[in-house]
Amino acid sequence: MTQEIEIVVNGERRRAPAEVRVTLADFLRDKLGLTGTHLGCEHGVCGACTVMVDGAAVRSCLMLAVQAQGKAVLTVEGLGDPDDLHPLQQALRERHAFQCGFCTPGFVMTSLALLQENPSPDEKEIREVLSGNICRCTGYQSIVEGVLLAAERGAGQAERATA
Amino acid sequence: MKNAPFEYHAPRSVDEALALLAEHGDEAKVLAGGQSLVPLLAMRLARPSQLVDINEVAELSGIRALDGTGVGFGTLTRERDAERSSLVAERLPVLAEALPLIGHVSIRNRGTVGGSIAHADASAELPAVAVATGAEMVVRSVRGERVVPADEFFVSHFTTSLDDDELLTEVRIPSGPAGSGWAFHEIARRHGDFALVGVAAMVRFDGDHIGEARITLMGVADRAVRATAAEAALAGQAADADTVAAAAREATKDLEPASDMHGSAGFRRHLAGVAVRRALTTAAGRAGGSS
Repeated sequence: MTQEIEIVVNGERRRAPAEVRVTLADFLRDKLGLTGTHLGCEHGVCGACTVMVDGAAVRSCLMLAVQAQGKAVLTVEGLGDPDDLHPLQQALRERHAFQCGFCTPGFVMTSLALLQENPSPDEKEIREVLSGNICRCTGYQSIVEGVLLAAERGAGQAERATA
Repeated sequence: MKNAPFEYHAPRSVDEALALLAEHGDEAKVLAGGQSLVPLLAMRLARPSQLVDINEVAELSGIRALDGTGVGFGTLTRERDAERSSLVAERLPVLAEALPLIGHVSIRNRGTVGGSIAHADASAELPAVAVATGAEMVVRSVRGERVVPADEFFVSHFTTSLDDDELLTEVRIPSGPAGSGWAFHEIARRHGDFALVGVAAMVRFDGDHIGEARITLMGVADRAVRATAAEAALAGQAADADTVAAAAREATKDLEPASDMHGSAGFRRHLAGVAVRRALTTAAGRAGGSS
């Protein structure tokens, strides 16, 4: 069973046919070529595939693409690019937040959702929210420091992330 | 880890959803927030041929004050919306305390009150709150509507008294007796993991003594269970440390929890006693004074 699916991704209207069983994560990666969203566990445990749908962080492996019909999706590609990083990405970079980078997009999107809702979280609140994302490299300390720095700089208000 | 094929339906009204469930019977599965069902589909532990997605049924969302006390939740109410609700904070402190313990924010953004209850995981917070408070489940089918109390709704692991053609449409949670104090306490290996054990407790005083107490345990049986003998023994007692410790022993002595790689049955029984003690102590501290 295939349906035509149209979503607004990072401010751009995109359309592709997909089987109804396809998850939003696979749709973004395989049909739209947006491979910035990573898939770790594919059953809602690791957080790597986190994107924002209508402004809320969700696990794109636990949502069907057809359920995103007509909705606004923000992926890591909608933030900065290598020459012009989003303030959150810049802060994470300065604190050496990541090593291998596999979990990075999920952490970035989860942190962005947090900062948009609560621009100045304390360390405890950051740890609480990030506890849903798994990183096998860093031990998390540097990620928490990066998000704290981003909060200090008001990264949650940055306009590029509102697509 | 890819879903097996299925036919997909996105009804726009309850009546449309009920017609689909009546037509497809046990071939159909209701998709609410998807935070439990989609992993089961991905792992192919569930392989329904028909998926009835109720996310576009607007009339199934919403939080409303029930007459008197208590709160009604449309089955599709997101856990995150319930968590942020001032009505929940005011009327259902035990639910307000349990909600942040469910998964993580991104799970609660999608996960629904009715979905968690219909999924009936014996280690999940919302079914335990439903049993603790004596919640009522409003269930509809093309045959009509019925209201099912929590202790009849939950049958066993992942099993409820919902028939194949029935849809849980609303969860009604009462506030409990006036002046009662509530607490929800759980113990998990890591934050956000499914709890090894959890306890919802309620204490109401008559004068200086306990008038009524409730103890509901989760993660120790095939569904959330009330410790009725321990509850009865608490009535008329002072809420001191010895009484609470005795209640914790009574509430857990006959439990036969599962053993797995996360903990033995004995370890879980011990933790259940610790959780009962902590939850009862907190609930008593929150209960109104003499009444």
